[in-house]
Amino acid sequence: MTSANTVLQAIKPAGALDVGRIRADFPILNVEVNGKPLVYLDNAASSQMPKQVIDRLVRYQTSEHANIHRAVHALSEKATAEYEGARRKIRRFINAKEEREVIYTRGTTDSVNLVMQGYGRAFLGAGDEIIVSQLEHHSNIVPWQMLCEEKGARLRVIPCNDAGELLLDDYARLFNANTRFVAITHVSNALGTINPVKDMVATAHRHGVPVLVDGAQAVPHMKVDVQDLDCDFYAFSGHKMCGPTGIGILYGKAQLLEKMKPFEGGGDMILSVTFEKTTYNAIPHKFEAGTPPIAAAIGLGAAVDYLESVGLDRIAAHEHDLLTYATEAFTQLKGVRIVGTAGNKAAVVSFTLQGVHPHDVGTILNEDGVAVRTGHHCAQPVMQRFGIPATARASFYLYNTFAEVDVLIAGIRRVQKIFG
Amino acid sequence: MDSKQLYQEVILDHNKKPRNWGKLADASHKAEGLNPLCGDHIWLSLKLDDKRVENIAFEGEGCAICKASSSMMTTNVKGKTVAEAEQMVREFRDMATGKLDIGNLPNHLGRLTVFAGVRDLPSRVKCAILPWHTLQAALHSESVVSTEGDQDPVAAAS
Repeated sequence: MTSANTVLQAIKPAGALDVGRIRADFPILNVEVNGKPLVYLDNAASSQMPKQVIDRLVRYQTSEHANIHRAVHALSEKATAEYEGARRKIRRFINAKEEREVIYTRGTTDSVNLVMQGYGRAFLGAGDEIIVSQLEHHSNIVPWQMLCEEKGARLRVIPCNDAGELLLDDYARLFNANTRFVAITHVSNALGTINPVKDMVATAHRHGVPVLVDGAQAVPHMKVDVQDLDCDFYAFSGHKMCGPTGIGILYGKAQLLEKMKPFEGGGDMILSVTFEKTTYNAIPHKFEAGTPPIAAAIGLGAAVDYLESVGLDRIAAHEHDLLTYATEAFTQLKGVRIVGTAGNKAAVVSFTLQGVHPHDVGTILNEDGVAVRTGHHCAQPVMQRFGIPATARASFYLYNTFAEVDVLIAGIRRVQKIFG
Repeated sequence: MDSKQLYQEVILDHNKKPRNWGKLADASHKAEGLNPLCGDHIWLSLKLDDKRVENIAFEGEGCAICKASSSMMTTNVKGKTVAEAEQMVREFRDMATGKLDIGNLPNHLGRLTVFAGVRDLPSRVKCAILPWHTLQAALHSESVVSTEGDQDPVAAAS
């Protein structure tokens, strides 16, 4: 341990996150908005990127770039090694059994669509049923609706209570002889509810039904072990976990991926092509047609390195403290309703102000440099469940501070004063 | 710009106490306006008499900008001819999208220029324009308009 670390250990509780040092890693946090320091509380939409990841992208692009899996020249070998090296990191990060179970996609939405196209279209038919939850993001509803429309299958919905927690008894009762697939979110993007997906996977497996978990809001914030969850598919995005946009992951159990049809045809996903017959490549390459976003994949590997160097457990503990502090502060405010009060909750505070539309809240907070998301959060069924058109949402990450929560609360008081 | 410029007293007042609120029982023209991205949703009813807006009313739900814009629109177009109302629709849209310089060009917007600040807030332009877009539709007897897709008034204006 260096002497600097020894000093830090002495003044901070053992194992706590040193947010000041974390913040120094994120150049964008020095930006000013409307003359005020940026208070970035829109992490559930997209997180910011540390210089370690930015530098990795620059190094790749300045000294390592060529197309992968193609040529015998040095740069192609180097790019291929780094691209596959990032896959190894991601396998270890989510504890997949094998690297070939880790497929690069464009993001969570792309991952869900890959499963819908490759598994759903091949194995579901008329009269079959797909279970989703009330809390899903549109990206885990619409692909399944498209499949239902095409196949004459039916969507069933797990309801939630007033706190935004899924009703597990109702979930268990949705299964019948026609149930063929379950698609559920790990963490609700609109409310922050952490669903008990391990138990929910076990329930589905007792009925012999495979499960896809949307982990877009989970992987950035908590340790996820896909073997422990025993889910059949797990989807997440790079840009919500300090990585680049345009890259995401689909984890799938090898035996399922192997029997699936390719989603897209093209280069890299084939072994041989003649005009009579094409032989597909093995997984994961079968699902990675064309030249992928190589730099973004390597950047995602660097983001994994960064998050592991900080420690997912420490990130989760810090976010939990922020959530507790923010929830307490919101509770002190009059005329504020927190939407989503699950017992097990990620660091997301979705709220409405009496008599003020969330878009007016967002516009006024923006003047204080505070970035929150306002709207339906691509989860209109959640809004419908709570009888509201929209909420404002503050979502926290490792670099957020208690002082930033104070700026948010002061901003909300200012909104209330303006709308008196 | 800051909120003092956009959220002026007149806008906050119309948001809190919208004028001409409700539905006209004897409406000759109606339209529904929807901004699906933020949930602004208004219903407009008009009574036209000899090419003049004899009466107008609106109801719905939305943000302060949308509600105040709707309310002030009703007070401003009541009694105007259809041609005058349509000219105001054009001028309001051009002001909100930054194409009409209200300081230097003659216009008929009067107090409606309090909405000029939305031109600096692209995500809020549609909130201000929605009632005017809906008025245009009602005058032409289209039943439902949206601020998205083919009917996007911001795209159409650019």
